[in-house]
Amino acid sequence: MLELAIKGSKKYYGWMTFLLVIVGIGFLVYLKQLDFGLGITGLSRDTSWGFYIANFTFLVGVAAGGVMVVLPYYLHDYKAFGKVTILGEFLAISSVVMCVTFILVDLGQPMRIFNVFLYPTLHSVLFWDTIVLNGYLFLNLIIGWNVLEAERNNVHYQPWLKPLIYLSIPWAVSIHTVTAYLYCGLPGRGFWMTAILAPRFLSSAFAAGPALLILLCLIIRRVTHFDPGREQIQSLAKIVAYAICINVFFFLCEVFVAFYSNIPEHMDHIKYLFIGLQGKNAYVPWMWASFALMFIGIILTVNPFTRKNEGVLAVACVVIFLGTWIDKGLGMIAGGFTPSPLHHVNEYIPSLPEIMIALAVWAMGFLILTALFKIAVGVKEEVGG
Amino acid sequence: MDSSRRHVLQLLGLSSLALATRPVFNAFAVEGHAEKPQAIIKDSENALKAKQWALVIDTRQFESEEDLEPLVEVCNEVHNVPHLSQKRHEIKWIWGEHYHNAFPGKAGRFLSEEVEHKPFLVLCNHCENPPCVRACPTQATFKRESDGIVMMDFHRCIGCRFCMAACPFGARSFNFRDPRPFIKEINDKFPTRMKGVVEKCNFCAERLAEGQLPACVEVSEGKLTFGDLYDPESNVRELIKTNFTIRRKQILGTEPSVYYIV
Amino acid sequence: MKDKKFIITGLIIFIVITTFPFWYNRGKAAPAPELQLTDKAKAAKVCVRSTEYMKAEHMQLLDVWREAVVREGERIYVNPDGKEFNMSLSNTCLDCHSNKTEFCDRCHNYASVRPYCWDCHIDDTLKEKS
Repeated sequence: MLELAIKGSKKYYGWMTFLLVIVGIGFLVYLKQLDFGLGITGLSRDTSWGFYIANFTFLVGVAAGGVMVVLPYYLHDYKAFGKVTILGEFLAISSVVMCVTFILVDLGQPMRIFNVFLYPTLHSVLFWDTIVLNGYLFLNLIIGWNVLEAERNNVHYQPWLKPLIYLSIPWAVSIHTVTAYLYCGLPGRGFWMTAILAPRFLSSAFAAGPALLILLCLIIRRVTHFDPGREQIQSLAKIVAYAICINVFFFLCEVFVAFYSNIPEHMDHIKYLFIGLQGKNAYVPWMWASFALMFIGIILTVNPFTRKNEGVLAVACVVIFLGTWIDKGLGMIAGGFTPSPLHHVNEYIPSLPEIMIALAVWAMGFLILTALFKIAVGVKEEVGG
Repeated sequence: MDSSRRHVLQLLGLSSLALATRPVFNAFAVEGHAEKPQAIIKDSENALKAKQWALVIDTRQFESEEDLEPLVEVCNEVHNVPHLSQKRHEIKWIWGEHYHNAFPGKAGRFLSEEVEHKPFLVLCNHCENPPCVRACPTQATFKRESDGIVMMDFHRCIGCRFCMAACPFGARSFNFRDPRPFIKEINDKFPTRMKGVVEKCNFCAERLAEGQLPACVEVSEGKLTFGDLYDPESNVRELIKTNFTIRRKQILGTEPSVYYIV
Repeated sequence: MKDKKFIITGLIIFIVITTFPFWYNRGKAAPAPELQLTDKAKAAKVCVRSTEYMKAEHMQLLDVWREAVVREGERIYVNPDGKEFNMSLSNTCLDCHSNKTEFCDRCHNYASVRPYCWDCHIDDTLKEKS
């Protein structure tokens, strides 16, 4: 099936080349980072995780979001989604690859990554995160590939895939729960120490993942002969609507808890993000923008008139994706680290090299995503006749 | 391809033969490989030992930054701690903070000028229940069974900085770049670190092994006391019993081993 | 075979390229490295363990040492002959072998081994500066 990714139109080659160029530039910058150290980023002693981990956290969510097409189809027999499960699985694969790559570029000693496997540490959440992420990657690879191959050959997929598919559903929930557990079990970080962090991560994931999937489906309909289907897109949009409402609701719960209790330690992180603290306020416009975007997203997806208009829906998905990216990305990470455990405010701004490397990882992810989608659509077009 | 039983058996036989070559070669190997080490590893006689090392800082005797300087300097000298040019890359093992930074959440209002500006010594607390050790995915940071010191194994650290996120006391620093150009004078009895690993105070484990007290304690002229928390007769236990002491963020239950007499 | 010419040509080019290091360097093999011992090393006559053992397994020994010193907190090594050593790369090994460039590096460069120990552990080049 790989041959379907190698042949394509001029636009396809152009797009892939464009992505490759970004990857190439970012790779060169990464070589500089390997040589110099993580000092080329904007990271600091107080904010030791930043843009790379922010993108990682967001992308784990996007990967988990793929389960939103798998679950209704396999567990509840929602036949319409049968057309698009492969797209959800392939989106999950490329997202997880991006996640793992973001971790690798963030490491101070990446050549020692195998220490995590040589010295397994069962009490470390990061160890488990590595296990579940890699497991999810393999699950989706095996399931996606075999189901697609079976479809291409007009046979039912092998029966041993069924238990794997059922496993992938709670596994998807687990990858994001474990990622949330990275944060919410740390005693010194009040912003993250909340039981609602894992649910919030999941709700934001189920908004961002399907939102991206909708956008990809609309693009696929436009540039290929495969139509994912209007009903499928509308169902996804309804999922996005609920998820984004829940995500914003969860955040408002956080705000209430912090500000009604009036406990300074809890309020300070939210204050830093939304009104500034000790004179530092670089994040304020971004956070308000993020919530404005998410609110607009809520209005556009909840209202059936705007949701049913696919052009407006596309806009809604873009704003939801961006809003959640800020909120769950750098908003979450910088907010957790600032103020520091000693109550200092040292603002973190990603540096240009850091952004370039991050862009390259995204480009690599989209490269994989495009290739995989090309294969999936190729098969659908073949079978569709 | 003929997948008969005979073929399978032939394949199995050939594979076993192939697998057996290495042990056979090893048996005939050079003497150096076959030598069985009968070496012993032990402690030095004058090594200082404790179940859990603890530090008691008498904050009443520290009045200004100058009082802290010799302690910070000696630690930096002995351990090749670099002085980075950019603040965000700074590496600190032991340093001074104001009261409301060292003990956030405890600082009252209407304190005297003196207390507002008094420097408080902060360092790694070598907690009995360390969250950084729980976080580390490779056990590169671990709590030593022999003496309770929370140690760093720089050979194993992958530089993920999860321990830095986990530490509630901000005690850890990361090498964002090669530290060597920024070390004023290298102490060649102690290694430096390289870029990409996390470091922090190690309670002078290398000095304890030779029967010496930690460097900061030695130059503190009695302001710092170092001893075994689980020895009821020890100096630190005596001080904790007879003075009012506080610890940083003890509500979190990490059980820090650094006590402050206030 | 349809593309006989291409296949054969391709095979020949492949073989030429893969065997390049062998035929290009024939007769020019670098001589085995000559190690220089310091006077202190010569006076000590034998290292922490026997010379054959050290030649074959010095890295394994250093691994044992680092586990013991860092993780167990024990610093004295008693070799099978009963001699005691402080387990330290820079302070024990390099105490006798203080000429790393004429000793350790000779074999390491020859075998293209690049241990990163010296990123942290002090060697003679740094000792001169301090």
